Amino acid sequence: MSARPVSEGPANVDSGAFERGLSPRNPPGGGIGRGAKPPSEGIWRWGKWAIPLSVVPLLILLAYGFRTDPRAIPSPLVGRPAAPFSLALFDGGRLSLNDLKGKVVVVNFWASWCYPACYEEAPVLEGGWRRYKDRGVVVVGVDIQDTEEAARKFMKQFSISFPNGPDPGGKISVDYGVYGVPETFFIDRTGRIRKKHVGAVTETLFTGEVERLLKEGS
Amino acid sequence: MTPEIGYALTAVALGLALYGSAAAAVGAQRGRPALIQSSQHAALAIFVLIAAAMLLLVYAFLTFDFSVRYVATNTNRGTPFYYRITALWGALEGSIILWSWMLSLFTLLIILRYRSRQPEFYPWVLSVMLGILAFFLLVMTVPAPPFQRLTPIPPDGRGLNPLLQDTGMITHPVALYLGFTGFTVPFAFAMAALMTGKTGDEWITVTRRWTIVAWYFLSLGLLIGGWWSYHVLGWGGYWAWDPVENAAFMPWLTGTAFLHSVMIQERRRILKLWNLTLIILTFGLTIFGTFLTRSGILSSVHSFTQGTIGAFFLGFIALVLLGGFGLVAARGDRLKAQGELDSVVSRESAFLLNNLFLVAAAFTVFFGTVFPLLSEAIRGVKVSVGAPFFNLVNIPIFLALIFLMGVGPLIAWRRASRENLRRNFLWPVVVGVAAAAFFRLLGVTHALALLCFGLVVFVTATIVLDFYRATRARLRSGERLLPAMGGLLVRQNRRYGGFVVHLGILVIALGVLGSNAWSVQSETTLNRGEAFEIAGYRVRFDGLAASEESNHFKVTGTFTVANNGQPLAVMYPAKKFYPQEQTPIAYVDYLMGLREDLYLVLGDFARDGSQATIKVQVNRMVTLIWLGGLILTLGAALAILPERKKA
Repeated sequence: MSARPVSEGPANVDSGAFERGLSPRNPPGGGIGRGAKPPSEGIWRWGKWAIPLSVVPLLILLAYGFRTDPRAIPSPLVGRPAAPFSLALFDGGRLSLNDLKGKVVVVNFWASWCYPACYEEAPVLEGGWRRYKDRGVVVVGVDIQDTEEAARKFMKQFSISFPNGPDPGGKISVDYGVYGVPETFFIDRTGRIRKKHVGAVTETLFTGEVERLLKEGS
Repeated sequence: MTPEIGYALTAVALGLALYGSAAAAVGAQRGRPALIQSSQHAALAIFVLIAAAMLLLVYAFLTFDFSVRYVATNTNRGTPFYYRITALWGALEGSIILWSWMLSLFTLLIILRYRSRQPEFYPWVLSVMLGILAFFLLVMTVPAPPFQRLTPIPPDGRGLNPLLQDTGMITHPVALYLGFTGFTVPFAFAMAALMTGKTGDEWITVTRRWTIVAWYFLSLGLLIGGWWSYHVLGWGGYWAWDPVENAAFMPWLTGTAFLHSVMIQERRRILKLWNLTLIILTFGLTIFGTFLTRSGILSSVHSFTQGTIGAFFLGFIALVLLGGFGLVAARGDRLKAQGELDSVVSRESAFLLNNLFLVAAAFTVFFGTVFPLLSEAIRGVKVSVGAPFFNLVNIPIFLALIFLMGVGPLIAWRRASRENLRRNFLWPVVVGVAAAAFFRLLGVTHALALLCFGLVVFVTATIVLDFYRATRARLRSGERLLPAMGGLLVRQNRRYGGFVVHLGILVIALGVLGSNAWSVQSETTLNRGEAFEIAGYRVRFDGLAASEESNHFKVTGTFTVANNGQPLAVMYPAKKFYPQEQTPIAYVDYLMGLREDLYLVLGDFARDGSQATIKVQVNRMVTLIWLGGLILTLGAALAILPERKKA
């Protein structure tokens, strides 16, 4: 490595126009500031590390930012009574939310074209339904903006057995402020919405929420 | 097989990049040319591997190979041919392939160009470039693999975001990424300068044209982004201070500052520390920008998975900033200025002010962009920072920058004499003030508009005056007019290229001013056959038509437009309904003009076609923004012409 600061490289490539009205430039390797120790040496020695250190709070903020989902807008519905609805099920019959008082209800809004999130969560929801249906938990699927044929195919693919029905005209999704699919609402035994989840439901999330709501009511 | 082959290609490339980066560094440290050569071979192989992976992904798109997850999420059987190719950069994973491919291409160019010319910097530059490549290849293999296999294979894919199905979106990311990746070259040279301790001006002179090219593509990317926003999003604007836009704008601001401050270092041997700081910041911001614009954290709804990708990017940004600034601190003793600032009235201080304002603008944009995070982290409250904040703080900064654009190139170095000031600025100031007064008499009362007008005229006058004087000098020496002017442009391409870019920016500034100050808009509901008037235009609603397109359903309105009683055009704004989207997408129709655009957006309508709501905007002077972009292109092209050897 070179021992002296080399700055007299081929620097003089300025165009001629810059020369007009100029004082002469420093001689190459100009004598200013070389060799002589500036008086503030001690401060510089430690102060210089302030530059890299000043980056740290910024990195901490970004670390926080990368962990949060900026689209997770807290739903104003959380904590409020869930809007009642009556769903015409695909396999006949109706399901009314009012009839489910006293049970923990998981309302899932989905669509067959919602790929990949709805495909990821379908096995989770079905598995959860099978495990918890005897413990007072109901999973309800609301299929929005879909064709019946595609929806039935989807349900067959994942052997969906929990109650499912279409939402013609989007009335239920409007009541629940559904912005996209999938969105899932966890409703407690008293009929209040306790949690809204945007995106695919995971095993941990499902179990965690359902267990929490089951414990509360008993 | 496609996912596995693709994954293997990227994984092998990752191994080679790690090896190559280390080999070049060790080769440089111990002076072993064989290692450096081996690293070169690795770089070549990486280029081939990434190119192959990219082509494989394009092939998967063209053949609807839904076994590749990325293909299934970004295309479906209805996606038109060209958009199946451009879907490659429709989301994060594919964008990163494109990024890496460009970076590997730049690495090859550096090998070809500097292998023997820059024996000291070169191996370090190679090492840094390959190190950055290794990061992106790591992202491609671990947190965001473009070649992830999807089981079971779905019958059809989700489809490309309809907003991205537009020509603007074909070119915008490419230009933006060329800008982003372009800044890695000056960054790599800066790191090489710090590693070798040769922190003089050499790294700056070597990378000057690279910097201009990167800056130009970044500018182009921003402009095309504005163009896309204007003619696709249907809100009638081109810039919204959206976090994604800000993410691309911040490196532009610091990059612009860098472009100017390096001239001071070349000239006066000061600002060494500052220039290194700027390039590290700019590069850091390009990485941040790549992540924000394409991570899906800010854009695509509901495909967000809180994966590990944020951690990877954060780690890399930390490495760049801490490593970069750490090196700067370690080399602090070599970064002392060899000159000093002589006077406040000098070119140095004009450039310094320009830098301070640009960095201040970058800081306010950054602050506004991350403030919601800060607020959430500290107070737990979600807030949003909108256009009013950004406009309030940035308008004065940009006006000051325009003023400095007039002063900087003409004021004398070191200390400006009264004579220098009088000679260069008397007439431009007079003309600028006169122009503002003239517009005031014409009835323009908006103070900000008058100020901006006056400044733009002032700066234009400085440029014209300078060019006039230089031409006159050549005419005196016996040249004819056109050869004299042409000769000036080519001989002093760097100076006049810069001036032409400035002119482009001025034209853009006028467009921004005009569209903000004088645009008018109105929204109304019309029955069929009914008309309504705005700013001299008469817009009549003639009916609706519905049609089934390859991958969406479209409702088109027919509107007959007359201007001052003269029939002008029939316009067809529409609404597109994509099955995979929740909300319909507006298809804007507009008549473009130099003075104003007539811009129609179809709103709600009655299903029987008897009634429609239409938003009509008369957007003033927006075309100047696109025109300014063209001028800017010419200027940048002029500025990167090879330097003429002077006799």
